Amino acid sequence: MKYFHLVWAALFRRKTRTLFTLLSVLAAFLLFGLLDCVRMAFANAGGSITGADRLVTFSKVSFTLSLPKSLLPRIQAVPGVAEVSYANWFGGIYQEPKNFFANEAIAPNFLDLYPEWLMPEEQRKAFKETRSGAIVGESLAKKFHWKLGDKIPLQATIFPRKDGSNTWDFDLVGIFHVRDPKLKAQENIMFFNWEYFYEANQFNVGANVGWYAIKLADRSRADPVAQAIDQLSADSDHETKTQSEQSFTTALVSQFANIGLIVGAIMGAVFFTLVLLTGNTMAQAVRERVPELAVLKTIGFSNQSVLGLVLAESVLLLLLGGVLGVALSGVVVDAARANVGDNLPLAPLDGSIWLRALGLMVLIGLIVGALPAVRGMRLRIVDALSGR
Amino acid sequence: MGSFMRRLGLVLTMIVAVVVPVWVLTQSPWWLILAMLVLLALWMALTRVGQQAWSVTKVGITTIPQRLGSSSVVVVGIAGVVGVLVALLAMAAGFESTLRETGTDDTVIVMRAGSQTEINSGVDHDTAVVVSQAAQVLHNAGGQPIASPELVVVTSLPKKSDGLDGNVELRGVGEHAWELRPNVKMIEGRKFQPGLRELITGKSAKGQFRNLEVGSSLKLNGQLWTIVGVFDSGDSHNSEIWGDTDVVGSTYRRGNSISSVSMRLTSKDSFEAIKAALTTDPRIKVDVSTTRAYYNQQSEAITQAIRVLGITVGIIMAVGAIFGALNTMYAAVATRAREIATLRAIGFRGLPVIVSVLIETMLLALLGGALGAALAWAIFDNYTASTLGSNFSQVVFAFKVSPELLWSGLTWALAIGFIGGLFPAVRAARIPVTVGLREL
Repeated sequence: MKYFHLVWAALFRRKTRTLFTLLSVLAAFLLFGLLDCVRMAFANAGGSITGADRLVTFSKVSFTLSLPKSLLPRIQAVPGVAEVSYANWFGGIYQEPKNFFANEAIAPNFLDLYPEWLMPEEQRKAFKETRSGAIVGESLAKKFHWKLGDKIPLQATIFPRKDGSNTWDFDLVGIFHVRDPKLKAQENIMFFNWEYFYEANQFNVGANVGWYAIKLADRSRADPVAQAIDQLSADSDHETKTQSEQSFTTALVSQFANIGLIVGAIMGAVFFTLVLLTGNTMAQAVRERVPELAVLKTIGFSNQSVLGLVLAESVLLLLLGGVLGVALSGVVVDAARANVGDNLPLAPLDGSIWLRALGLMVLIGLIVGALPAVRGMRLRIVDALSGR
Repeated sequence: MGSFMRRLGLVLTMIVAVVVPVWVLTQSPWWLILAMLVLLALWMALTRVGQQAWSVTKVGITTIPQRLGSSSVVVVGIAGVVGVLVALLAMAAGFESTLRETGTDDTVIVMRAGSQTEINSGVDHDTAVVVSQAAQVLHNAGGQPIASPELVVVTSLPKKSDGLDGNVELRGVGEHAWELRPNVKMIEGRKFQPGLRELITGKSAKGQFRNLEVGSSLKLNGQLWTIVGVFDSGDSHNSEIWGDTDVVGSTYRRGNSISSVSMRLTSKDSFEAIKAALTTDPRIKVDVSTTRAYYNQQSEAITQAIRVLGITVGIIMAVGAIFGALNTMYAAVATRAREIATLRAIGFRGLPVIVSVLIETMLLALLGGALGAALAWAIFDNYTASTLGSNFSQVVFAFKVSPELLWSGLTWALAIGFIGGLFPAVRAARIPVTVGLREL
């Protein structure tokens, strides 16, 4: 640490060059921060820890097919099942198709299975008592500037009403929020009462549900319980597939794209370029300073100290630019989330991203510093001082 | 005050000097750039200053091998930018063109009013009959309307890549589907027999999912089906599996209800007429669109998202590459400071120096751009990927690295090279001769 001043002075010996290199590093880590937030958003989609004690049962054929409601008491009776609820995808559109958000009809006890969705007790009560009541997540309410008491019309895409119209009106009676910032994406959803859904529906949906949500009594018994539930309808014409919420979402997300691969490929290209670029800067910096390094050695700096000085300089260069870049990406991500809403596949910049970024900065710093540092270490004082 | 105004003026000039050429470079068609190159060549060949510029440029270019390490920073940096940009834009273009090539202007798709996608739509038998009797529907040689009642259901099958379940679209088609979509060719096996539990699979679906070889059997909703053929339609239907509408309907307990009716029109001008006729018919509630419009609208959101991602990533990487190029070229100018000062001492003007540094940077940039574009082309042209389309099922598409994309990658490279070279070039021309001559 006592040589910090020396390292700092060496780094800013050529201000323009260092500034440009810093800006390149900054750009690279800005990109790293942004892309890692995208990757995390997709990885987190299935990663809710709170969902570990829940299973979901969908039709084995496809999650777009419905299941008979007669399964409800039978699933309830499976040992290890604490509570069962059900829901149905509604697929309504608010004003125009690009305003997409999930909206679902849910059974009266559905919210009991999701304690992580926090809502004042009186709103919970109002939702139960209002036939056409609906609740939305806080992010969604913010996005469309909805407040309690608003009427929200949705255009049905799957379920027309009994009178043949496609317009369903809902009364907003509750707004829920999720505490974990990583799971804020769950706030982009609207729920309404099952009763209203099947009474006003043109189709007879009363005998069918979209899927079952199951709360386990003991989370370690997820596999046997899931098998027992699927056994109920084995070889029938409505076979089911029961899995944890997490594996359902993971499978769904993996169908969109291999986000990890795309992000990995881009970052590979970026960091390869960065190593070359900063490596070149460091090589130049050491080449220019050969006589100075020789002087350091002459006055008693050991070979290891010189090696350490040069390595410290390159790591410092990476850290300065990298920290600024990641911090900037945090600002950009926050701004994007605030302005566009949580619909964006962007996770907030958290500690794990910082940790990975810092690790990369040190690693790249060591890599690009290695060759020049070794060169500095091996200098022979006589040759260097005489400019040979 | 005067020096402040002068400095402000300098900054403004610099901004204009950067923005205008970059805008011209990225926006102009290839022939305009070619014309500019010809003008440059003429200038170099015919005028005295031009000839000076040419000789300075020659010296710069022939000394590049002495600065191989730092010059390769420009080349590799720009290759990275262009490679990533071209690959991402090729992904967007591939997805877009797969869905754009699906559908035509003279076939229409009829769905229940408000349903947006086929998977949401439900059309009952009576409606289907009314729809196919519309006057604008083309009749075949046998006198029957070319209309195909279609039922779209989604089924999950294990993917070849990771064994995880993926959604595949199972489309029941009517007997006239072949006249409706003449682009569908059987490339293996035969067509399915109406009334039997037989399926044919699209070429891409077969590549994407397990157990879709001809002759293998498949359990769908508790019933055993046989794959009897593979078809190639050259569009997004390749990601689907086809069977007979009635049999698919009975397997999935849909009764007489189907998803949509697709029909061939007598001519594409009759679209407005059939749309008006069907949407005002009081017996039915349907939406009518041309199949081209239907599939185009499905590609918009995803294509847009990939493009925005590609250009954002490209811009950030380009900024990084510009600073890399600036560093390299400042260093190059610094090592040649004495030589440049000598030239100016014996009467060369500043302009040839500026031009030569610019040309040198842009040549390096062009090399990098070509390298990046070539890599993107070699790795990603026809690379297949898939994503979840709007029917909740997999749409397989191939990356398309088109000449236009390669060209736009090169213009990006030239723009980066221009910005990266301009400032060092001006510095080179402005170093006082006396200072430059003393440089080592």
